[in-house]
Amino acid sequence: MSFLAKYMGQKVKRTEDPRLIQGIGHYVDDIALPGVLHVAYVRSQHGHAKLNSVNVDAAKSAPGVVAVYTGTDIAGKIALIPCAAAAPDMKKPDYPALALGKVAYVGQPIAVVVATDKYKARDAAELIEVDYDPLDAVTDLEAAAADSFVIHEELGTNVGATFQAGSGDIDAAFAQADKIVTQKIVHQRLIPNAMEPRGVLAQYLPGEQQLNVWSSTQVPHLLRTTLAAMLSHPENRLRVIAPEVGGGFGSKLNVYAEEALLPWIAMQLKKPVKWIESRRENMQATIHGRGQTGTVEVAVKNDGTLLGLRYDVIYDLGAYLQLLTPAIPTLTGLMLSGCYKIPAIQLNCRQVYTSKMATDAYRGAGRPEATYLIERVMNRIAEELGMDPVELRRKNFPKPEEFPFATAAGLVYDTGDYEKALNKALEVIDYQKLRAEQAAARADGRLVGIGVSTYVEICAVGPSVMLPCGGWDSATVRVEPSGKVTVLTGVSPHGQGEETAFAQIVGDMLGVDLNDVLVVHGDTDRVQYGIGTFGSRGLAIGGTAVAVATERIVAKAKRLAAHMLQADENSLSFEDGKFVGAPDDKSMTIQEIAFHAHQAHNIPSDFEPGLVATYFFEPKNCTFPFGTHICVAEVDKDTGEVTIQRYLAVDDCGKQINPLLVAGQVHGGIAQGMAQALYEEAVYDESGQLLTGEFMDYAVPKAFQLPSFELDHTVTPTDVNPLGAKGVGEAGTIGSTPCVANAVIDALAPLGVKHLDLPLRPEKLWRAMNA
Amino acid sequence: MQLSLTINGQPHAADVEPRLLLVHHLRDNAGLTGTHIGCETSLCGACTVLLDGEPVKSCCLLAVQAEGANITTIEGLATNGELHPVQEGFWECHGLQCGYCTPGMILASVGLLKDNPHPSEAEIRHGLEGNLCRCTGYQHIVEAVKFAANKMQTQA
Ligand code: FES
Ligand code: FES
Repeated sequence: MSFLAKYMGQKVKRTEDPRLIQGIGHYVDDIALPGVLHVAYVRSQHGHAKLNSVNVDAAKSAPGVVAVYTGTDIAGKIALIPCAAAAPDMKKPDYPALALGKVAYVGQPIAVVVATDKYKARDAAELIEVDYDPLDAVTDLEAAAADSFVIHEELGTNVGATFQAGSGDIDAAFAQADKIVTQKIVHQRLIPNAMEPRGVLAQYLPGEQQLNVWSSTQVPHLLRTTLAAMLSHPENRLRVIAPEVGGGFGSKLNVYAEEALLPWIAMQLKKPVKWIESRRENMQATIHGRGQTGTVEVAVKNDGTLLGLRYDVIYDLGAYLQLLTPAIPTLTGLMLSGCYKIPAIQLNCRQVYTSKMATDAYRGAGRPEATYLIERVMNRIAEELGMDPVELRRKNFPKPEEFPFATAAGLVYDTGDYEKALNKALEVIDYQKLRAEQAAARADGRLVGIGVSTYVEICAVGPSVMLPCGGWDSATVRVEPSGKVTVLTGVSPHGQGEETAFAQIVGDMLGVDLNDVLVVHGDTDRVQYGIGTFGSRGLAIGGTAVAVATERIVAKAKRLAAHMLQADENSLSFEDGKFVGAPDDKSMTIQEIAFHAHQAHNIPSDFEPGLVATYFFEPKNCTFPFGTHICVAEVDKDTGEVTIQRYLAVDDCGKQINPLLVAGQVHGGIAQGMAQALYEEAVYDESGQLLTGEFMDYAVPKAFQLPSFELDHTVTPTDVNPLGAKGVGEAGTIGSTPCVANAVIDALAPLGVKHLDLPLRPEKLWRAMNA
Repeated sequence: MQLSLTINGQPHAADVEPRLLLVHHLRDNAGLTGTHIGCETSLCGACTVLLDGEPVKSCCLLAVQAEGANITTIEGLATNGELHPVQEGFWECHGLQCGYCTPGMILASVGLLKDNPHPSEAEIRHGLEGNLCRCTGYQHIVEAVKFAANKMQTQA
């Protein structure tokens, strides 16, 4: 695959920005349909309760109210909320779109009011009387696993599933160890908090039997297929549109109760209906992330050689299963080797139900957990052995020539040069000097720490057997008769900037202006089937589909060019948008060819008119980006406040199509990972109340709470796709949490602190310092 | 209640419920959906507009409190089709990803630069403390504001 480098590899400004900086893009709530009705929800106020009755009489007769629905109204009409990732023998509770008989988490939908405006809908929702019998809740993972109280009686236990993963002789590894290092690890629950809450607008056209659903989703096609099944509506008469989507981070990679209920109501009432989630609803009833408590044990030799790793973990499913809930710890298990050679690995996982919102994929989805526990325990091992944490890491890296590298966790890493990224980071930040400065600061009585994390992650998951929905993605590239180019992509970007990145690819490959390329996504009636945007797959898989489709366009255009120029096809070359090399120096542009391909007056007899190509790219493996992050942190002795003095990220995501977008992804990723290390935690009390239910209590960091990040990179292309791109959406999140934690704990090391659970808030640090 | 105000230079009169929030009035009655809602509790800043030139959170004002005021929303910031330097800065410096916080962030930045035309990085970060962004990690936003400050200085 050959590229011109006019756009690719350049810091191209985004083509999606002009509409967004002028406020003239369209998110779900910005779409107006005449006569639209508004939906307000009544949700559980209890973490666990029996539902005795739901009295809707007063609400029904309130001004402006058109309809009210409860669980009994929809029972048998809307299928249960699906989970695509539960093993056949997993115990799972029924999860209806509106609660029936019981509620099991705060925020669970109980009833809805449909009214002529949103104020009236909310007023009427207040009039609904729910009679509850509160029951004991279970929020602690150990207590849940011990069945101290069983949440779903019909299951007989809170343990939904138990599984093991990994390979190698783990007992032998531990028997041969000089030392065994053990660390308890808690991955606190996080709330993704995309700035745009979820929202659904649904419209039913009875004549056409056409159901149109606008949803703030990352996966419009998967949602369409699922809704067709849940609502028994033909999939080819169901259109899902993901308009402008205001961030997802995995929280919109799902199928939610509201996404099924709104279209169902639209069909009942034959009127369009809209529901826009409030922030409180978003915190309570959009999926959460992380939520694991475990113990990692590592068998090591005195020289630092890793022999084996065992991780026993309890995973917090929440009260019910959402689309991918049980898959998340599987990803943790797959990444347990980190970027090290570990001959034996064992994961023992218990997945337990608790009285909380379901967990699911939040930026990183199981990989940050793996990286955090490995990178934290690597520091613990270094301490125990009296080794420099950097040298311990270096010693256990696989060498570049050992790739493809098979791990005992069950994956084959594509390409990597971990030492190169590490060396670059050490050099850029001048690690020796940093350590000297740290020693001087410590001598002055200051608490300064240096944290390092070397990570590898899994992106662009494929081949298809690895995912319930398949791991491929699709593109159609169409050169219109005028020469303008339309690209239809099966991925569904929501901030990543793929309208720009894909236009860069097509612009270079076809030699056309970037602004002549329109990238269309997120509409199941305009775009061929696709999978969506998650798991850092957009460019590596969706972008590859675009590139291959474009290559096919060039090949087809070349045949026509040869015919029209009366040249031998093999003598023609395509340069900067022109076919050249014909006799008499004649040439034709791609735009001219596009016109003639459509006019079809002068084409070879076996030439199919038109200039369009569709390609579905099936990856043969995942990609494995990696890197080294280094953080310098100081802890204030009096207040416990952490200041990040420096943060350097050296990431290797393979080839970069647009370094500006890469930087944006890395910045945002680091911010979220750093927020996990320092600030964020979803807190439930013992009765299952969510105590962090607004931005007032849930600490999404503000600008002044984050530092400026220093970025650098190495480039190790993947051989899994012809772009050589690995994906970068989650790298920052994965690398940064352990890096910051290691820095803060290193700062407190002189006080004898070996480990603290996240988030490392001032109070916790103050207590540790004053223990 | 009768309400009359100026929105993006245009006079605008309406009969509204006393409890109607300004943000809903702008979005639903005036059709200016560039002003976003991220929390309705004055904590995220997505709904920031300029009221008589000062940034305010329009989710925490009643529409009737804006009686007689001059409101600028994101749709009214560009003049004669020319982007405001802050808008330009956000575009140049990749100061947005999903774009949801962006209108509020841009208008808050306009207010910040009005009070402090040459802010330091720390002043920018503190000046934008009322606005949350989940996508960018803020660094490119800081650069966008610096870009705008420089541009406005050379224009002045
Ligand atoms: S919507 Fe007004 S501050 Fe969040
Ligand atoms: S750009 Fe998405 S929230 Fe700021």
